[in-house]
Amino acid sequence: MRADLLTEPVDGLDEVLAAVDAFDQALVAGLVRPQPGQAAALAGLAEAVAGTPLAARVAEAAEKTAAASAGEEHLTALAAARTALLGSVHDALTARLQEATGRARSAETVLTPGGQRTVNLLAAARSWLVDLARAGWRGIDHDVVSASAQVVSAMLPDPSLRRQAVLLDGFAAELAASCPGATLERVPVRRWADLWSRAMLLTLPGAADVPAAGTVTGRLLPLGVDVHEHATAVQAQVHAVLEPADGSASRLVRAAVAVPKPDTVVGAGLWQLLRPRTSLLAAVGEGRSMDLADMPVTAEGDLLWDDEYARPGEPAEAFATARVALPAAADPATAPLDRHPARIAVPVFLEGYTAQEEDGALTFTVAGHPLAVDTDRIPAAGPLTPEAVAASGACIGLLRWDAGAYRVQPLAVETTVRKKTVTLHAGGWAGGTADKAGVRAEKAATAAVAVLRERAGRLLRK
Amino acid sequence: MGDGALSDWERSSTARVIPPARPRKLAKVPFVELADGRLQGVVSSGSDVGRVYVSSVAAGDYAFACSTNNNRPCGGARGSFCNHIRALVGEAVLQYGAERVARYLRVETAQEEPDASAVTTAMARTCPPQGDTGAAAPVFSRFLRHLAYLELAPTTAPLPEMHWFPPTRAVV
Repeated sequence: MRADLLTEPVDGLDEVLAAVDAFDQALVAGLVRPQPGQAAALAGLAEAVAGTPLAARVAEAAEKTAAASAGEEHLTALAAARTALLGSVHDALTARLQEATGRARSAETVLTPGGQRTVNLLAAARSWLVDLARAGWRGIDHDVVSASAQVVSAMLPDPSLRRQAVLLDGFAAELAASCPGATLERVPVRRWADLWSRAMLLTLPGAADVPAAGTVTGRLLPLGVDVHEHATAVQAQVHAVLEPADGSASRLVRAAVAVPKPDTVVGAGLWQLLRPRTSLLAAVGEGRSMDLADMPVTAEGDLLWDDEYARPGEPAEAFATARVALPAAADPATAPLDRHPARIAVPVFLEGYTAQEEDGALTFTVAGHPLAVDTDRIPAAGPLTPEAVAASGACIGLLRWDAGAYRVQPLAVETTVRKKTVTLHAGGWAGGTADKAGVRAEKAATAAVAVLRERAGRLLRK
Repeated sequence: MGDGALSDWERSSTARVIPPARPRKLAKVPFVELADGRLQGVVSSGSDVGRVYVSSVAAGDYAFACSTNNNRPCGGARGSFCNHIRALVGEAVLQYGAERVARYLRVETAQEEPDASAVTTAMARTCPPQGDTGAAAPVFSRFLRHLAYLELAPTTAPLPEMHWFPPTRAVV
């Protein structure tokens, strides 16, 4: 990998992010009675998209919002403008990564279907988001935030609204924990603007639909598991190389499994909730490949996993896959709405680096160039630790970008224990474990879920 | 608005805002939350498996309330904290850490690193007023809503928004 490319500045990046930051700061104060500074930020956002098809609508939206007469459609246009700007940032950052890894990228175009399903719940969600934008992060209180609870509760049981529900639920929990906004020490400015704009766009009918674009048949070689969680949801996303049975070029794919959860189910309990839905987690835990036959896949390279189309294959060591199969695999295309820097997660194999730790922050020096290591993203319920990463000689990771810099999130490392090379995976406990600490964590999690199920059985169905 | 550059945390898409809940045993206190300006939750009855107590302590004045899910007042919560409320504070400290609980309830403790008993004692010393049990019904329904999460089935369509919610090993 050419690590030097990851430290070089990207042309135009600072200018785009300055427009985004100014808009984000306008949301901190709220848009109910915009001050001159906020009006300037809105105008700046409109100016930044002046050369795009959004120009007229965003200019009008900026004007109406500055005059405190914005309707839902205007705030939606502003969210779209911000999303488009970060989309351009995503494209520039991804192009740079492509150069650095030297891999090909799928030329497929991902279309958003734009379905006709108008759902009252989406309108209710949008109206809550509009109230939030008017109040501003400094103006939130329990009444404003708690209005989302009903919408989320109604959305959660419908799998087709899961994306919106899980986003709103996680977002609302953060806002609730931060009330009242007036006394907050600091505001996560970009983060909340990100979550708000995404949620706004996901309330547009069809925006969240990701249909299957075809099926794949071949051998799936897992690289590692990326875990995401907030208080009431968890997702495990497996990154893998797919070798099609028809001999066509191999490609990178992902397979996710996600579930809402009570906030008291944590650690190993997350794996327990996810395991029953997919045989893939067991395969990853055992270091096996899987043979797929007619597995549905989206144009973005996401397998819509169903055990019916998969069976366990031969053992396949992730590091062998990373060394041999990964360099030849093509990266998937990205859906329009997923063009955002925070969604960048590019599998990469690193070795021959030196690791340095300073003030608790780990850095790999790759071919003479520093690359920050995001050890905080390593899930607690697994055998991989920041210490093991610091002592490692080879690493499978995801290249990400946040707060102005590229970084690598370790998924697995090779390290030496008593003169023997061992591999440690972040998702090592995905399928279960015989590890002592792991067994203890599994037991505690089983007990927690058992108590909640007992309580639910007694109290919920009365 | 040009009023100063944002810090790295402020311009991070994945800035950690809430620390993850810590694991704890749920048998005695299946539900606890810091919400609506109160520490509130549900405490299982020691004698009757079908009965639970809904207990709460308000931030600021520590007004406390405890009643069963059928809205019968708790015999212990007259004049001072009952054992249900003490258990609630204890489990909240396990789940969220004493510092976060103390900060939410606005409790000043003499200790630099408070524990559950320090938080409880500091509140009890102020002779807190009896709160009304009107909040019991909404708290109980939030508990049921919380339990209902276990009934939701996993899905395998990707949730790209979850990339904004990485795990964290650090205490925020």
